[in-house]
Amino acid sequence: MSIISEKISQTDQLASLFEQSREKLNQGSSPILNRMREVSFKRFAQAGIPDFKNEDYKYTNLKPAFEKSYRQELLRESGLINLNEVFKCNIPQLDTHLVFLVNGWFYSGNNPGAELPNGVVLGGLEQIANDKPELLQNYLNRQAGLSNDPFVALNTAFVKDGFFLFVPKGVVIEKPIQIINLLSSDENLMATQRNLVIAEAASQVKLLICDHTLTSASFLFNTVSEFFVGEDALVDVYTIQNHHNQSTSINSAFYKQERNSNLVTGTVSLHGGLIRNNLKVTFNGEHAEANVNGISFTDKKQHVDNFTVIEHSSPNCLSNQVYKNILDDESTGAFAGRIHVARDAQQTVAFQRNNNVLLSDKAKMQTKPQLIIDADDVKCSHGATVGQIDEEALFFLRARGIGENDARMMLMNAFAHEVILKISIEPLRERIDELIEKRLNGEISRCHDCNYQCNC
Amino acid sequence: MLSIKNLRASVEGKEILKGINLEIKAGEVHAIMGPNGSGKSTLANILAGKSDYEVLEGEVTFLGQNLLELSPEIRSRSGLFLSFQYPVEIPGVPMVNFLKASVNEHRKFKGLDPLTAGEFLKLMRAKKDMLHLDTELTNRSVNEGFSGGEKKKNEIFQMAMLEPKLAILDETDSGLDIDALRVVAEGVNALKTTENATIVVTHYQRLLDYIVPDFVHVLYKGRIVKSGGKELAFELEEKGYDWIKNGEN
Ligand SMILES: Nc1ncnc2c1ncn2[C@@H]1O[C@H](COP(=O)(O)OP(=O)(O)OP(=O)(O)O)[C@@H](O)[C@H]1O
Ligand SMILES: [Mg+2]
Repeated sequence: MSIISEKISQTDQLASLFEQSREKLNQGSSPILNRMREVSFKRFAQAGIPDFKNEDYKYTNLKPAFEKSYRQELLRESGLINLNEVFKCNIPQLDTHLVFLVNGWFYSGNNPGAELPNGVVLGGLEQIANDKPELLQNYLNRQAGLSNDPFVALNTAFVKDGFFLFVPKGVVIEKPIQIINLLSSDENLMATQRNLVIAEAASQVKLLICDHTLTSASFLFNTVSEFFVGEDALVDVYTIQNHHNQSTSINSAFYKQERNSNLVTGTVSLHGGLIRNNLKVTFNGEHAEANVNGISFTDKKQHVDNFTVIEHSSPNCLSNQVYKNILDDESTGAFAGRIHVARDAQQTVAFQRNNNVLLSDKAKMQTKPQLIIDADDVKCSHGATVGQIDEEALFFLRARGIGENDARMMLMNAFAHEVILKISIEPLRERIDELIEKRLNGEISRCHDCNYQCNC
Repeated sequence: MLSIKNLRASVEGKEILKGINLEIKAGEVHAIMGPNGSGKSTLANILAGKSDYEVLEGEVTFLGQNLLELSPEIRSRSGLFLSFQYPVEIPGVPMVNFLKASVNEHRKFKGLDPLTAGEFLKLMRAKKDMLHLDTELTNRSVNEGFSGGEKKKNEIFQMAMLEPKLAILDETDSGLDIDALRVVAEGVNALKTTENATIVVTHYQRLLDYIVPDFVHVLYKGRIVKSGGKELAFELEEKGYDWIKNGEN
């Protein structure tokens, strides 16, 4: 009884917000965004906030996060954030094309255009949708719109801004594009961000996405990103999530890959109260390859859930997933990886592995592989381990004079290293190694505790 | 240097060491022999500080300190070295990182500055040459994919890097080919001074041809049941352990 009334009240609250905000939502937004709202909100309202009865959300309860009240920035606010100050924090200082988003809004001070190759478009979704809707119209919501996920529908209903990237045919962007997503608010804030990336045939681009919270308010961050990876295109997407403990982050990423394309993703969940990452890859042409990786570090009561779906819709494609979690204290984690090999997707190669280390008795990890194979000539494997730190190895290192903490650190770094090695941007790899070391030393959480003064 | 008095220890409720007494002085080499399961590795592991064992009784003094109170890392830094019977593989921890951390911890303990990258590589090269260690091995993760013999050689290489005061070699000879055995033994001998001591745990007299012991002890069912000079090893090689077992009955 109470569960039902809760569901109604949370969804109802959002419904009345949606009703009241219709004008603001539509204001300044392109019709191609606005026309998706009603139907999407209906889809969300029908499903409601999922609970454990929803198989896809069995291990992640988002209800408490939605019970808090939040304000939303439905119109662009001119915040007074000194982004250069922010930049000194743990963000890797790499040589990149850099843009900022604040609370889901593409920062007006961004100016990445000058250095980018001809024809590349990098900008805010709001603006591009207004100025060049023809760039978006064949792509926007073409993947996300097929999803049953209520948060994806919610995102589409409330969409205002996000980043947009278009890489024309054959164009190679040498330097990584770095997107820094900042959350900053004095009051609790729900932020919606919608991203769209189109990498045309034979193009090459590497994206580095960094998520940060800047103030101690509670955040509910709901992002949806759609990636279209053209024939022969090479796309790398690395995400570093670094939010404080009062934040909830729901990220849904969709990748559609054409023939011969190659995708590498790496999701590094360094810190965050609750993180849910939905990731879906769909092979829409033969001989495409996706390397999908993730590593998370949790402590206290944090929770990280990676939910992946690889749709082998075309023959001769390869997918390889490696997800790892290091869990301390009472933190919890989940990994659910679904691989679906369609009936005619012969010669599919699909690997999946999930390895987890529990550093305390109270930490818990749920892992659930799911292989649905409708073709007969395929090579698929999956494996999962949940274990403690290798005591034999720990003793060996200590018996050589290495202190217990350092020895543990070495072993955890070693465990994480396999995932880090998949990152193709070398300086980034080193930075991430450093960040992980900081994280494991507890320095990053200290940084959060000090309310992001960022000079620590 | 090392003094063990009436050491009794158990693992999972089962008493393995039933009162060990052993005195080792600087400059000495002691061999410990004994049938499988008699407690040789248990003794070695307890000395190195492995926590799986419960010490029921007894005292161990190492260089004037109560050894049993020290953490494994402090024991190591104080100069105790265990060459493991079964060295563990640690994928993802590069040999070089591990060794550097190890060497520099030892230096820090002695109040010395850490080695520079150059100094460290030079030291490593010298010790590798001494033991004819394949250069490629130090480019890998600790023991990862090493052959049985390579792992043992790697243990002695670490010993050479750390130059311990007391080295406990737990069946370092098993798994080594004849040439490697000679090289390893020569390495151990080269490190020998009047200041340090070695405990050699072995099943074979062969190793003792190279590393000549001052004393040979026979450990049987958790007790040292016989001690003697190096000739005891020959006797064991010839007659096996039965005469000792029987003698005990
Ligand atoms: N962690 C453990 N758990 C249970 N039993 C153990 C453990 N460690 C040692 N033992 C037991 O203690 C006894 C002594 O083992 P130990 O390894 O010390 O023998 P050893 O003399 O080194 O033999 P070997 O010559 O075969 O190496 C054996 O019976 C062994 O099974
Ligand atoms: Mg043994």
